[in-house]
Amino acid sequence: MTGVASSARGDLKLTNITKSYGDFTAVNDLSLVIPEGSFFALLGPSGCGKTTTLRMIAGLEEPTHGKIALGSTDITDTKPYQRPINTVFQNYALFPHLTIFENIAFGLRRRGLKDIDDAVNKALDLVELPHLAQRKPTQLSGGQQQRIALARAIVNRPALLLLDEPLGALDLKLRRQMQIELKWIQREVGITFVHVTHDQEEAMTMADTIAVMNEGEIEQMGSPAELYDNPKTAFVANFLGQSNLIKGTISGSDGNNHVVDLFGQKISLQKDRSHAVDNSILAGIRPEKFRISRLETATSGNILTGGKVEDVSYIGVSTQYQVLMPWGQELMVFEQNDDGVAPFSVGEGVNISWEPIFTFALRGDEDAEAGTEVSPDEDLDEE
Amino acid sequence: MRKIGTPYLLLIPGMGFLLIFFLLPIFNLAQTSTQTPRVGGDTGQYEQTFRFANYLDAILENREQFGRSFLYALITTILALAIAYPLAYAIAFKGGRFKNVMLVLVIAPFFVSFLLRTIAWKQILGEEGFVVPALRSLHIISESTTLTSSAFAVVMGMTYNFLPFMTLPLYASIDRIDPRTLEASGDLYANGFTTFRKVTLPLSMPGVVAGTLLTFIPAAGDYVNAAILGSPQTKMLGNVIESRYFRIVDYPTASALSFTLMAAILILVTIYVRKAGTEELV
Amino acid sequence: MKTISRWFGRNLIRIYAVIAFTYLFIPVAYTFVFSFNDSAKSNLIWKGFTFANWQNPCGAPQVCNALGNSIKIGFLATLFSTILGTMIAFAIGRHKFKGRSTTNLLIFLPMATPEIVLGASLLSLFLVFQINPGFWPTVIAHVLFCMSFVVVTVKARIASLDPRLEQAAMDLYANERETFRRVTLPLVAPGIAAAALLAFSLSFDDFIITNFNSGTMTTFPKFIYVSAARGIPAQANVIGSAMFILALTIVILGQFVGRKRKVS
Repeated sequence: MTGVASSARGDLKLTNITKSYGDFTAVNDLSLVIPEGSFFALLGPSGCGKTTTLRMIAGLEEPTHGKIALGSTDITDTKPYQRPINTVFQNYALFPHLTIFENIAFGLRRRGLKDIDDAVNKALDLVELPHLAQRKPTQLSGGQQQRIALARAIVNRPALLLLDEPLGALDLKLRRQMQIELKWIQREVGITFVHVTHDQEEAMTMADTIAVMNEGEIEQMGSPAELYDNPKTAFVANFLGQSNLIKGTISGSDGNNHVVDLFGQKISLQKDRSHAVDNSILAGIRPEKFRISRLETATSGNILTGGKVEDVSYIGVSTQYQVLMPWGQELMVFEQNDDGVAPFSVGEGVNISWEPIFTFALRGDEDAEAGTEVSPDEDLDEE
Repeated sequence: MRKIGTPYLLLIPGMGFLLIFFLLPIFNLAQTSTQTPRVGGDTGQYEQTFRFANYLDAILENREQFGRSFLYALITTILALAIAYPLAYAIAFKGGRFKNVMLVLVIAPFFVSFLLRTIAWKQILGEEGFVVPALRSLHIISESTTLTSSAFAVVMGMTYNFLPFMTLPLYASIDRIDPRTLEASGDLYANGFTTFRKVTLPLSMPGVVAGTLLTFIPAAGDYVNAAILGSPQTKMLGNVIESRYFRIVDYPTASALSFTLMAAILILVTIYVRKAGTEELV
Repeated sequence: MKTISRWFGRNLIRIYAVIAFTYLFIPVAYTFVFSFNDSAKSNLIWKGFTFANWQNPCGAPQVCNALGNSIKIGFLATLFSTILGTMIAFAIGRHKFKGRSTTNLLIFLPMATPEIVLGASLLSLFLVFQINPGFWPTVIAHVLFCMSFVVVTVKARIASLDPRLEQAAMDLYANERETFRRVTLPLVAPGIAAAALLAFSLSFDDFIITNFNSGTMTTFPKFIYVSAARGIPAQANVIGSAMFILALTIVILGQFVGRKRKVS
């Protein structure tokens, strides 16, 4: 390692980063600050540019335009081995010809450090696999390889640790366990983690800050709660959890609230929760915020009447309904099974109500389907 | 990440070598092929007169040997493919941890020298060997039939000698097949034969193409098997070229024959590769 | 009866492999057996068992001289063809550059040229430049036909290498040279070793090209070809068998050591 780059510390700043491959723009004019010591997630569907962004931070790809800085040091033109940044690769990329010990010692040796045994053993302890030091990578299970890949990166105490879908190849149970462990390890070592994933639940479990990426740009950035409760775009509203988005018009004002007309029914929306630019909006409500009730039952808050139950799925903790509204849209309603009341049946007439503070509003000209399931053929294009 | 010049630096020594010791000689060969004896010169002295009729003369005079070379090479290739395919399949799918040892066994006979082995076949199949008397006593062949000094012996010898060149590329390509695709085929109602025809064979096509080329090409130019196991009636083009060079010192005819052989093989190979649809050969 | 036929069906391919290997090894066995033949000069008919040939493998005139030449040529041809071929394989397998398909074609052409044409054309080149056939012309000829095989073998190995391993090394503070030395080269090494083994086998066993370019120098295959007319001495069988056993032992030992290192 040579130069000042190797000792750089501080916040990671991406300024106007663009990466193009011929006509295709993978990352488009992206600017981003990742605070030192945070657990940051780049979340988005495959092909959104998140892995390209990560590889540019690592130095494995050169940005077409833009600047990458660590603290006050510009690292845009430095080689991967000159950056105090390490990566946990997708599928781990452990060196098959070296023992686990030598895999972990690799970075330390390249930096010319002496007496590395201690550091390597500590790293093995951290991932709870000290007994595997003399094995070869092929003799390890997927979960063990994942931990070794983490140890191999962390042992170098980088300023920044990049994780490229590190849990993608593990089964669900192991993935949950590793999510919690990764979070614990990040707190333990205090290194900035940048985690790339397409799994919104994984991002929300681990990260302090999530940046949701779509088509090479950041749609929205914030804490998991901010993103979930007050999404700014239809893509975020649909990609992070599920949302009911209903076309409407702002028809009046009532103190801090807008009065919104949804197909003839009036509801209330907090002014500071509206991201619309004019009177035309998409009103958003998360399915679990809805209450479902019989037509004749009185309810408070925002109410939409005239629904009809189209489908009922009982899934234990909750019951999920598809409710057909008079204007032909189906709304999703998740009801906690905590009231001992038998679920509604298909065909029953129902009202839907919710607390006004849960309403959010997006620009009316957005595509209400953005960020929902990617169709199979689109998926093919991206791979 | 790397300097632009790196690939060229890596290529220069090897490509330079090929330029000097492969392309230049081929060019020189083409030049020699149109020469004629120097008027009043000694045997082996020639001058350039661009006599393209050399080709016509050489081909017409040796058309039998030409035909024989390609016929023998074709039969050899088919036989070697038939023998090597199941062998390569067995090594790839049933070899287990002995895979590498079995592969080494395939090329190990090289170390005994193919000449010793070819001569061994001559002894085994000859009058003093044990095969001919056994076949005679079983009345499979008549008293007067011999196995050596025949087209059969030449083709058999070539098949034997080129078998490793067929087996290795076949193995490389069969070994790359994911056995689960074969299971999937079985799962989708294909019987063993259909699975082979529709899945295994198409997936191993690159190996089949490489193996058949590596067998056909040397077989078409071979003269050692014909010299040891054959008779004057089984002479191949290689025998003619060899004797033109060393015994008759007729360089133009030898060059014309060599060049024609090479061109014929290249044309056949190009057609074959196009038909087989394998672009990436090396 | 049913179980026997089922066993037969299940193991048909294994039985076939045994038969095929037997076919490959019949002449090897014949050569080995006749290396013990108590024949004075012509080793055609079994005359009785003796260790004499093995005790005196250089007993026949010229045979050990020819063997020495073959080994020297094989060693040099392997060395040069492996170095040149590996460099080309890395250029093709690891870089995108202009003229890649032309390069591929030029690599393929020597393999598509019959040995007799390679040998004859090279000889005529040497004659034009008034270079006498002999040791070095033979080495050059062998490098020529071994190199393409090396390129193909090493290239296949490089192609199967996961590029992320090299990226991981760069990420872990190894610069380009160290990445090559510590990760790329060790991982490609088995392919290079296989290519070298193949090159040596091809060179050691070559007759046609050697015959054109070696002049008066004798190699082991040439010795056999020349003496075939008047009877091959049993010492040739001894040397052929010994080379075979030696090669097999080295490779199997290498396998064994390799596996042991993996386990411990």
